[in-house]
Amino acid sequence: MSDDQSINIMFIGVGGQGILTASTILGHAALAHGTKVAMSEVHGMAQRGGSVTANIRMGDVHSPLIPAGETDILLSFEPVETLRVLEYTSDKTLVIMNDEPIYPFTVSLGQEPYPSMDEIKAEIERHAGGLISFNALDIAKEAGNSLTVNVAMLGALAATDKLPFDVEHLRKVISERVPERFIDVNLKAFDMVLEKVKGEL
Amino acid sequence: MLLGNEAVARGAAEAGVDIATTYPGTPSSEIGTTFGHIGKELGIYFEYSTNEKVALEVAAGASIAGMRSLAFMKHVGLNVAADAFVTLITMGVRGGMIILSADDPAAHSSQNEQDNRFYALLANVPMLEPATPQEAKEMVRIGFDLSEELEIPFLLRTTTRLNHVRGPVELKELGPRREPKEFERDPFRFVTVPLVARLRHPWLLETEKKAREMSESSEFNFFQDFEGDAPDGKKVLIITSGVSYNYVVDVLPEMGIAAKVLKIGMTHPLPERMIGDALAETDTAIIVEELEPYMEVQVRDIAQRRGLTLEIHGKAQELFPRILEFNPDVVKQGIVDALELKLALTKSYPSEVKAPSRPPNLCPGCPHRASFYAAKTACNDSAVYAMDIGCYTLGLLPPLRVADTEVCMGSSVGVAGGLSKATGQKVISFIGDSTFFHSGIPALINALHNKHDFVLAILDNRTTAMTGHQSHPGIPLDGMGDPAPSLDIADLVRGLGIDFVEVVDPYELEPTTDTFKRAFEHEGIAVVIARQTCALLLDKAARKTPEGIIPYFIDQDECRKCRMCVGKFGCIALYVEGEDIMINQQLCDGCGVCSQVCPFGAIKRTCGCPDGPCGVHYDEPSGEDECTEPLCEVAEGKEVAE
Repeated sequence: MSDDQSINIMFIGVGGQGILTASTILGHAALAHGTKVAMSEVHGMAQRGGSVTANIRMGDVHSPLIPAGETDILLSFEPVETLRVLEYTSDKTLVIMNDEPIYPFTVSLGQEPYPSMDEIKAEIERHAGGLISFNALDIAKEAGNSLTVNVAMLGALAATDKLPFDVEHLRKVISERVPERFIDVNLKAFDMVLEKVKGEL
Repeated sequence: MLLGNEAVARGAAEAGVDIATTYPGTPSSEIGTTFGHIGKELGIYFEYSTNEKVALEVAAGASIAGMRSLAFMKHVGLNVAADAFVTLITMGVRGGMIILSADDPAAHSSQNEQDNRFYALLANVPMLEPATPQEAKEMVRIGFDLSEELEIPFLLRTTTRLNHVRGPVELKELGPRREPKEFERDPFRFVTVPLVARLRHPWLLETEKKAREMSESSEFNFFQDFEGDAPDGKKVLIITSGVSYNYVVDVLPEMGIAAKVLKIGMTHPLPERMIGDALAETDTAIIVEELEPYMEVQVRDIAQRRGLTLEIHGKAQELFPRILEFNPDVVKQGIVDALELKLALTKSYPSEVKAPSRPPNLCPGCPHRASFYAAKTACNDSAVYAMDIGCYTLGLLPPLRVADTEVCMGSSVGVAGGLSKATGQKVISFIGDSTFFHSGIPALINALHNKHDFVLAILDNRTTAMTGHQSHPGIPLDGMGDPAPSLDIADLVRGLGIDFVEVVDPYELEPTTDTFKRAFEHEGIAVVIARQTCALLLDKAARKTPEGIIPYFIDQDECRKCRMCVGKFGCIALYVEGEDIMINQQLCDGCGVCSQVCPFGAIKRTCGCPDGPCGVHYDEPSGEDECTEPLCEVAEGKEVAE
């Protein structure tokens, strides 16, 4: 990202996945680096298992909301949640997705179907410029704590080289903003995903 | 990097605010959370008041006496406070006072989309509207000075996309606070008998003139020029305010049209000269504002009085919607249509594969689900359900479906009285503890005195859960975290002289159902207080114990697939897999209510080991067949990572 450009990153997932924590870490990393940043989040229902979105825009922008089709990177924590925001993606969008489903109660109680993973991925590929998907939950568990999914997903973002700061800067901000006894496990998950996604780009 | 709400609290601290009051309501809630954290350290008095009207009155008392106060609330909260609000403006204040109304276009977490800018016209109160957290901080900081200068409160009107936006904020020194001083009497100003009311109205109109002059030269009202092609050679003026400004300045450069933007931060009184002069030099004006055409009608008025006949585009031509929030796309489309531009808008389209809906729901272990199930069973689903405002409104969802009406805070008690008179059916009102204190009490007294006949279920989960677990008068802690006297709702209700008052634990399903049955049979008002702590707080405490949370599971050998648990109770930790019904071990919070719903005793407590039932499960820890597996680490770590 050069000085006169902006980058639009959208986070999407489900309440309880730590999306607002992860997006806030990214925002602080941008600010600490001296990059102008505007963020918007959806509060209120997060605790109760609803959809959660956060928009982060870095660079010379005023509005914290990303226009339709203008997302550069969509960081999705849950497959069907990706479908909900596809109008914000276009050819220029790279979708990075955790493909571990979290079934809404409408599905788990048998009221609505959950589309197949093939169907979801095909639809994403039809809209976006690219899709990288992997199971972030498995990696987080392997790293030592299933709750590090959010920081692990930041590793995927860092792998794209699209951020205005380097990986070390982001690692530093993560260590400052997660509880001390969880720093190592979070960074481990971050690094594991970083390596994995780098291999796929 | 501050949240808009944090920036508001910071601005107040920089202005040396002495007193801050509120009743929690999204999207304003985090302002209170921030004062709860910083108040004591900075010497700012902060309280969660019983409702918004009381919050405004407490703040008003302090500002009449000369201190600086901030009263903040969500938009519908200002309806509650409106009686005090409108008359207070006629009296004015001695110490600076800011009243914040957090509007919620798109009703993300509200019962309506009302545009509270009209309160500025109704009460004739000067109003500021910020676009960014930085501007919000500055408007609060400077707003206190302006308020003191004119001796009148200022209204700060925000919207969700200001309150819940994060952005960089430049900090300034914290301001000094005032010492209490003796009250200076001035009954001809502060005692609004009719004579005084007639004296104060001309004062208010004079103050409006001064405020308008302030607006003409306000740093919050400014022009910005955008270079590009003039459409059809026309001079274009865009007048905008609040967060709409952000969208305008983002889309104009990429559209490449030449335009002058007038950003109005002080939106009452409007700077009429500034607007009129700009209109006089313009061929086409576009008004970009969310919700109602608040500025638009006033701009047309200014143009008419100046004899200007330019085109003024806005809501009147339906170029911009009066519903929901704006975003860059809506604003771009509106400008394109207003100027009849031939501009290709970005092509994007939603998913054709349908995503299953993911509505919010009552949490696993939520005591409200148990209360609803018990009440519904007790009346055989024959009652009319008057619902109130809180997490428990989600009782609306299937399979519970226990909401027939919901108007506003505290309304269920009054509405239940009307429903019982009009239907002759059994009626039950569901109200939370905090909402009961907020505005349920006068309606209950009314119901008693006027011999209404319904059941009042007070769902006492020992907190204001929906907005983030704030304190209320039933909790022995105040908003600053200090010990405080607490009221027992049962004592309070008995004190009114109601003869049927019973306290139940909704986790005990059978006794709770029996109590509701007797309540429905009772003539007159019957009060059932369902008391059990919010599951999120219970879970937090349980995770700190050595045992952690011990979930339940369904013994598939004993399950007869009757689906009572998923079909009637519907806890979200339950799920269907083929023919089988299972319990998600990560979600289950171990309340055990579903095991009481199951007619066949197939739902049992697990041993608590990470991979679910290990085959050595037990109902009550007896010691002999306890599992020795290590406790689930996931459950232990959960709270910290969130």
